[in-house]
Amino acid sequence: MLTGWGRTAPTMAEVISTPDVETIARAVREAGPRGVIARGLGRSYGDPAQNAGGTVIDMTALDRIHTIDVDNALVDVDAGVSLDTLMRGLLPHGLWLPVLPGTRQVTVGGAIGADIHGKNHHSQGSFGSHVISLDLLTADGEVRTLTPESDSAELFWATVGGMGMTGIVLRATIRLKRVETAYFVVDNIRTRNLDELLEHFTDGSDDDYVYSVAWFDSLARGDRMGRALLTRGNPATLDELPKKLRKNPLGFDAPQLMTAPPVFPNGLVNKYTITAFNEVWYRKAPTKYGSVQNITQFFHPLDLVGEWNRVYGSNGFLQYQFMVPFGREQMFRRSIDKISASGHVSFLNVLKTFGPGNAAPMSFPDKGWTLTVDIPVTPGLDRLCRDLDEMVLEAGGRLYLAKESRTTPEMIERMYPRIDEWRKTRAAVDPEGIFRSDLARRLNL
Amino acid sequence: MIDAVGNPQSLLLLGGTSDIALATAERYARQRPLRIVLAARPSDRLEAAAERLRGTGSTVTTVPFDARKPETHAETLDKVFGEGDIDISIVAFGMLGDQEKLWTDVAAAQEMAEINYVAPVTVGVLLAEHLRKQGHGHIVALSSVAGERVRRSNFAYGSSKAGMDGFYTGLTEALRPSGIKVTVVRPGHVKSKMTEGLKEAPLAQTPEQVAEIIVNSVRKGKELVWAPAQFRYVMSVLRHLPRAVFRRLPF
Repeated sequence: MLTGWGRTAPTMAEVISTPDVETIARAVREAGPRGVIARGLGRSYGDPAQNAGGTVIDMTALDRIHTIDVDNALVDVDAGVSLDTLMRGLLPHGLWLPVLPGTRQVTVGGAIGADIHGKNHHSQGSFGSHVISLDLLTADGEVRTLTPESDSAELFWATVGGMGMTGIVLRATIRLKRVETAYFVVDNIRTRNLDELLEHFTDGSDDDYVYSVAWFDSLARGDRMGRALLTRGNPATLDELPKKLRKNPLGFDAPQLMTAPPVFPNGLVNKYTITAFNEVWYRKAPTKYGSVQNITQFFHPLDLVGEWNRVYGSNGFLQYQFMVPFGREQMFRRSIDKISASGHVSFLNVLKTFGPGNAAPMSFPDKGWTLTVDIPVTPGLDRLCRDLDEMVLEAGGRLYLAKESRTTPEMIERMYPRIDEWRKTRAAVDPEGIFRSDLARRLNL
Repeated sequence: MIDAVGNPQSLLLLGGTSDIALATAERYARQRPLRIVLAARPSDRLEAAAERLRGTGSTVTTVPFDARKPETHAETLDKVFGEGDIDISIVAFGMLGDQEKLWTDVAAAQEMAEINYVAPVTVGVLLAEHLRKQGHGHIVALSSVAGERVRRSNFAYGSSKAGMDGFYTGLTEALRPSGIKVTVVRPGHVKSKMTEGLKEAPLAQTPEQVAEIIVNSVRKGKELVWAPAQFRYVMSVLRHLPRAVFRRLPF
């Protein structure tokens, strides 16, 4: 039985786990009527990496870093390698992944398939924009090498953000950034409400930072609605480090302090626990400039706890992430107001700006605002999400497929105006629809 | 596919004119329009039900299904599943009949046993096969409190429900490793076309009330539910009464 990170809607599939590309190719060629889909580390919240009644290829077995080209800042890597492993391999060479999402526990293949973004989207774009070549196993069982600017560009960009529907990414070459240290110089700003927060994002000050993201209190109402902590930072140069850290500037160790045990009851994440949590979280972080933080502090505080999704109990949870173009701040404000007023409690509330999108027709990020909340599944949540869907659509925005777990095919159809162009590319390379997932079935992709 | 908040996209009603099944379909359709397949003997009633459900914006189709012809069930279900995945299948057909005739008239008894027991079993076997291939899905089987402890006044009917209840309770376990869920629902007296003209029993419910219980139980993944819930306690007392006492109860 497979589910996504939200632990909802489990389905059954045959799982094949092998580092042998020929075995994977055979599974694709001999796929039954329910098709095949690749799965990485299962961090998508909904159902893109499950395939009821069909075959799921566990890509984490394909886990080699082939070459690190330090001179040209490139890495050639198998699709099943996690960004965590990759980052640890690159750091000693002063190389850095151009895009890191909220967790490092995702594979390179998943990062391409969902065209993931990080807190640096406004300055660096999404993951797919840094891939210079990829090997795709297509429905005919052949492996094609694709690049972003060539005859193969159309299929390349259909694969970026294509949620695994064009084939299985086996291997990729990624262009990297250089860093002097494994630390970040961070400015924290505490804002009293949403208006103040949006102003910081739009007054031009964001341009000075590579990374920028805000956590907001989803339960604060009235004058304090949308009160937030804005965290912005840049990679630290060697001379910005305190003396103690200069001895091993590229050192990194990220312990996993604990694994959440599978015993959390439903309902633990509720209005009272989260109100208390939000209060503490907000108060413990006063406005402060120039602090030096390590990777885990700055990027992935949640990675300190393994399997943290268990905290929500067996009913699971969903994450709702959308983007809307700049200029639709009114809608943005109304959506936060709606969530705050709904009585549904969200724990991880993230707000940031996106820079321009890339050439991929199904890529999620584009110039504008994005907001993420994650909410335990309780009665009435469907209604709230449906109302939000309407608002997002009306504002010309869209939902993120890597997080999606409950909307309708009609919504996705209208939110992604280039979906037919993408479908055409996909139909050309996979006419029988071998590559299928529960997400694709549910949303009629 | 059933989504993260429990919305199904497709529904099969076996016994497509059952009041409880239709009320359940209507409840789902009001939450979000979906694809509904009504399997029943062709009739005006069936067409009217399909038409009413279409009013919710759902896509409704009908397929001929006759519980008394088990040899046709495979073909019927092949056709249904050939047209797409089915998220929730409701086994809702059944008959009550004249309870005195049912134990004195061979033909009547045989027909009742075929409809209430044989057909649910053949349908259950076929559903299990299709759902395992599909890799997901949920079966709802409409049993009855009458099967929990059969009593003099409707024992023939009660015995058939006891049989089908046992089959689907066992199927729940057999399908667990395949990830297919089964919910056995045991309603008490329901004010429906099946019980028209009968005296209303205690804890009587409307089809809509039972439908609400079904929808909530499926969402929560419950495997055995009573409608209303109090019946569980009533029946656990009745089940243990000595026969001499049970016989004297006024129903």
